[in-house]
Amino acid sequence: MSNNLNFKLRIWRQDGPDAPGSFLDVEANNISEEASFLEMLDVVNENLLENDIEPINFPHDCREGICGTCGVMVNGQAHGPEKATATCQLHMRKFNDGDEITIEPWRAKSFPVIKDLVVDRSPLDRIIEAGGYISVPTGTPQDANATLIPKEVAETSMDAAACIGCGACVAACPNSAAQLFTSAKLHHLNVLPQGQPERWKRTEAMVETMEEYFGTCTNHGECHEACPKEISLDFIAFMNRDYVKAKIKNRSLASQAK
Amino acid sequence: MAKTISPSDSRGRVKPLRKRSRELPWPANLYQTAVGKKYIMALTGIGILGFVLVHMIGNLHIYQSPLEVNDYGEALRDLGGNLIPRTLLLWVFRVGLIGMFILHIHSAWSLNRMSEASNEKYQSKRDYIAANFASRTMRWTGPIILLYLFFHLADLTWGWWLGDTYIRGDVYHNVAESMSSIPVALIYIVANVALAVHIYHGAWSLFQSLGINNPRYNAARRGFATGLAGIILLGNLSFPIMVQAGVISEDNRTTPPAGSVTSGALAPLSQSTVLEVGS
Repeated sequence: MSNNLNFKLRIWRQDGPDAPGSFLDVEANNISEEASFLEMLDVVNENLLENDIEPINFPHDCREGICGTCGVMVNGQAHGPEKATATCQLHMRKFNDGDEITIEPWRAKSFPVIKDLVVDRSPLDRIIEAGGYISVPTGTPQDANATLIPKEVAETSMDAAACIGCGACVAACPNSAAQLFTSAKLHHLNVLPQGQPERWKRTEAMVETMEEYFGTCTNHGECHEACPKEISLDFIAFMNRDYVKAKIKNRSLASQAK
Repeated sequence: MAKTISPSDSRGRVKPLRKRSRELPWPANLYQTAVGKKYIMALTGIGILGFVLVHMIGNLHIYQSPLEVNDYGEALRDLGGNLIPRTLLLWVFRVGLIGMFILHIHSAWSLNRMSEASNEKYQSKRDYIAANFASRTMRWTGPIILLYLFFHLADLTWGWWLGDTYIRGDVYHNVAESMSSIPVALIYIVANVALAVHIYHGAWSLFQSLGINNPRYNAARRGFATGLAGIILLGNLSFPIMVQAGVISEDNRTTPPAGSVTSGALAPLSQSTVLEVGS
């Protein structure tokens, strides 16, 4: 039988995008130490329902750390105190009995609160859209070993592709910059042979779309610490380098059809 | 990828915070975007860093002798020798530095504005993990250094408050006179600590901004920035401290001050340069 824990929660409540929000003090009693953070919120919501109070809205989907839908600020840290862990994978045994836990939604001008802890992260989709397509040969599948990729390249591309787009980097950034997200999405394709034809166009478009919505990078490194997938700051450096290259290369490609 | 949740009502999409402006021809278009501005900030930072380091090393001549440091000041004006007009090359450097300062400050100012426009404050206390004191105070140490720059120029280049005690061209005398006042020495100490803190983050950050990233050397970047900040701090702090300690002092001086000499007494300086130490 596992120990049960009690917590004092301060949860952000906000009825709608334009409504003023405030913190609600709730007690979360008798929580199993094996419960995940979201399961703890489920228990709290059950109790609220029994008392005829509207449950707290919070974003969640797969609950196994791969979809990137969940994510709240826990005690001032994106996804809570555990490193490389999404909120759904954060377990209550990481907290002490009687702890006061403050829960707030992601905050950035381009992440407007929809309700309670749910924010609209669609600007990240705008960045992905700006990336466009990649040209791939279709028809009969080619041999798997027809396009050779060095192991290190495949690995660094895979490291970047681990980004689940949860938005913790933007939430953790004191400047609300989306550099870590954008650079991961760029690096994922920019190092692979399949990503080369549209590399420069994509880099330019995604960076400039990012800058329409988000702040600027001051290289604090908070994003990396908050990231549930430990996306490296190195990708930001690669993005900066590729962007300046793109500005030069796209000029020489300008004579060709856009 | 995360499933994004967007309200289905008439509010529709999240609006961009800013519109893209019409693209200027290269390379001006680089300066239109934040990533490009950071690039320029890093490049100008390197230039200014080079100046700060050389300036500190050059000033160490003061520990050789009053004559050596005054000589060094003269040599800077004579850069380029007899090939070009006197002080021309020095002015080229000065104009370049002023240009770099303007770009560095303007890019910092506009990037800061962009970030503030994008940021929404948290209602509860944030718990920062990676952001250190230096990185979070860049926008405060920067203005402190700018104010100090004007103070430093007014103090030792223009001689505003030294008045009659200021002797143009006698570096040793002016430094000793100026920093012997405790408030002035304190200003130098505080400003140079701010400068070192600024460099501690800047000299690391510039590699990221320029995209200079190689897993083999990445670990050395922190050491480089710390070392550079430390060396510059030590060198620059030594001047006010040594003046206060009496090591750099008019009393220790064996050669007469530049202004009190009519001709020939300061052997390495030609007569004309002693009499009219222009610009």
